[in-house]
Amino acid sequence: MLARHMPLGFGFWHQTAGFDIEQALIPFAASSSTYGTAFFVGLLNTLLVAALGIVLATLLGFLIGIARLSGNFVVARLSAAYVEMFRNIPLLLQLLFWYNAILRPLPAPRQSLHLPRGAVLNNRGIMLPGPHAAAGSWPMALALVLAIALGAGFLMAARRSRKLTGYARGLGWWGLALALALPLATALAFGPPLHVTMPQLQGFNYVHGLSIYPELLALLLGLSLYTAAFIAEIVRAGIQSVARGQREAAAALGLPPVQILRWVVVPQALRVIIPPLTNQYLNLTKNSTLAVAIGYPDLAQVFMGTVLNQTGAAVQIVFITMGVYLAISLVTALAMNLWNRRMALHER
Amino acid sequence: MTTRISLALVTLTAMATLAGVAHATSTLDTVKQRGMLQCGVETSLPGFGIPDDKGNWTGLDVDTCRAVATAVFGDPTKVKFVPLTPKDRFTALQSGEIDMLSRDTTWTQSRQSAQGLLFTGVNYYDGQGFMVRKSLGVTSALKLNGASICVQQGSTSEQNLADYFQTHHMTFKPVNFDNADAIIKAYDSGRCDALTTDASGLASERLKLGNPADHIILPEIISKEPLGPSVRKGDDQWFDIVQWSLFAMIDAEELGVTQANVDTMMKSTNPAIKRLLGVEGDYGKTMGLTNDWAYNIIKKVGNYGEVFERNVGSGSPLKLKRGLNQLWNKGGILYAPPLD
Ligand SMILES: N[C@@H](CCC(=O)N[C@@H](CS)C(=O)NCC(=O)O)C(=O)O
Repeated sequence: MLARHMPLGFGFWHQTAGFDIEQALIPFAASSSTYGTAFFVGLLNTLLVAALGIVLATLLGFLIGIARLSGNFVVARLSAAYVEMFRNIPLLLQLLFWYNAILRPLPAPRQSLHLPRGAVLNNRGIMLPGPHAAAGSWPMALALVLAIALGAGFLMAARRSRKLTGYARGLGWWGLALALALPLATALAFGPPLHVTMPQLQGFNYVHGLSIYPELLALLLGLSLYTAAFIAEIVRAGIQSVARGQREAAAALGLPPVQILRWVVVPQALRVIIPPLTNQYLNLTKNSTLAVAIGYPDLAQVFMGTVLNQTGAAVQIVFITMGVYLAISLVTALAMNLWNRRMALHER
Repeated sequence: MTTRISLALVTLTAMATLAGVAHATSTLDTVKQRGMLQCGVETSLPGFGIPDDKGNWTGLDVDTCRAVATAVFGDPTKVKFVPLTPKDRFTALQSGEIDMLSRDTTWTQSRQSAQGLLFTGVNYYDGQGFMVRKSLGVTSALKLNGASICVQQGSTSEQNLADYFQTHHMTFKPVNFDNADAIIKAYDSGRCDALTTDASGLASERLKLGNPADHIILPEIISKEPLGPSVRKGDDQWFDIVQWSLFAMIDAEELGVTQANVDTMMKSTNPAIKRLLGVEGDYGKTMGLTNDWAYNIIKKVGNYGEVFERNVGSGSPLKLKRGLNQLWNKGGILYAPPLD
């Protein structure tokens, strides 16, 4: 690196960034924040889109996977068409499509569409009434932690008591009452923890409230719809792996279809579904780096993009970034393995 | 997918750098052996660096590459143009993927001291500006408080923008993209109220819009952007070649030597012209080239004024004025050291 006259070490971490990022979940300002803070802004944006994407893709994937096995011909065909379409078009194209599809038809801020409850839609995104921290937010956070701890303590005590004596002695109820009373009292004493602001047009843009930018929407939409197609196939395979006799036996017992799905089919199908599902979650997270194409400030865009370009610390930054994606993948895989173990067949 | 591939590439590059694939041979030898100069240019910036649908490149920065290729090979076609986004350009130079960078790149202290680049000169003196839709009714950058602004990621523009708004106690919402086409598309679709980049870049990007006349460039110029070619540190001979290829074009204009008259100028009695064209002295040899290096540049690429007019001036759709880029003795600040 010396031979290439590239900077060594991590001195850049504490240097002032000097550039701005539109979507920052933690306070960030060009003039005072560091490259290190920019890293965390990017990381949080990656985690945000990955987490939301996983939830959406899972819901949609399960829905479509189940619909594909539906006795209703139209529903089954439509689901099949969905799967074929979304998994066969390259994700990058889908992202660019959604980004333009969202941006093009939407009006400029001054001609915004007004939605119920003060929400606003325009080509800068969706602006919602947004919660902001108020005077009471720290005491409330403390109170919530305490309430949860106390509640859990009482609940455990109740369980132990039931095991030992057969009586819960109402401990659980006491716990619940305390867990509710504590935050309530805090709110009364310190004022409400949050106050809600409404989006307001000021000059070029809406201010206040909570803005969801088109880049996040497009990325979320693209990642979820694409991954859902794969999850649907996994779910279908999982359900089909459950022996037909199981379903018939449940029906013979008189269980309604929803209960058959919930208590007989799904638990057995999950054993087949979870391992490949993990792969899809990992793929979704890694695919989120395509954010670069539509300007969503994720870790790759902010840190491997702007920060690398400005500092020239290529080697350090590439290694940190790879490390982070590896860590995210490992944690996801670990969580899924734990779930898998819980769902696995326990032979007696 | 592309991102993951480029991630892999950057990693490989980084590892190669770690391993220190050192420059055992000189850049000039490498270029000669390869038979081709590899020059980093824009992806698409009309007038500065842009390929047509047949893959022919044109532009001021592109011709700067051609001048160097001509100095080395006597042949302006011996260049492979490597289109680079602003974000990737320095890594490409550091890793040895390109021999020189000629890509709308501002000469700054940190790029030189921290990033291992050496700027060899300036081929376009510029400054950063803003473009807005006329219908917005904005006439000054100072009226942009609260605006959403589209900006190139990994550029000086990104930092200047933040500086400018901070100095003037205004706020803005940045929308960053890593390539020029994405920026102009987003601006066109109304995602941003304004687009900011070098003034020359604005003039150039405006040509990509449906109806260029619907957009105006605001009067404020908020920064200094001396744009010029650069090389890796550590190879002085190569630095000389890239530097003097540009200087030769500027000196040629000053001396009145043009593509059309260069052959008759060979008989000139002016000592400065004789030295420039290699009739006298060993100016080429001292850089490892032949003495007709500058003659070839002028004959096959042109002098600076010709290259300017053809690509960005009166002979082009951009119609940029010479302005600062006029010669020093004609009211501009373009000034090349003498070829003595
Ligand atoms: N001069 C500035 C900005 C240069 C720049 O990258 N401008 C963009 C926006 S106009 C550009 O050249 N894009 C053309 C392309 O990527 O092909 C710098 O060196 O950082």
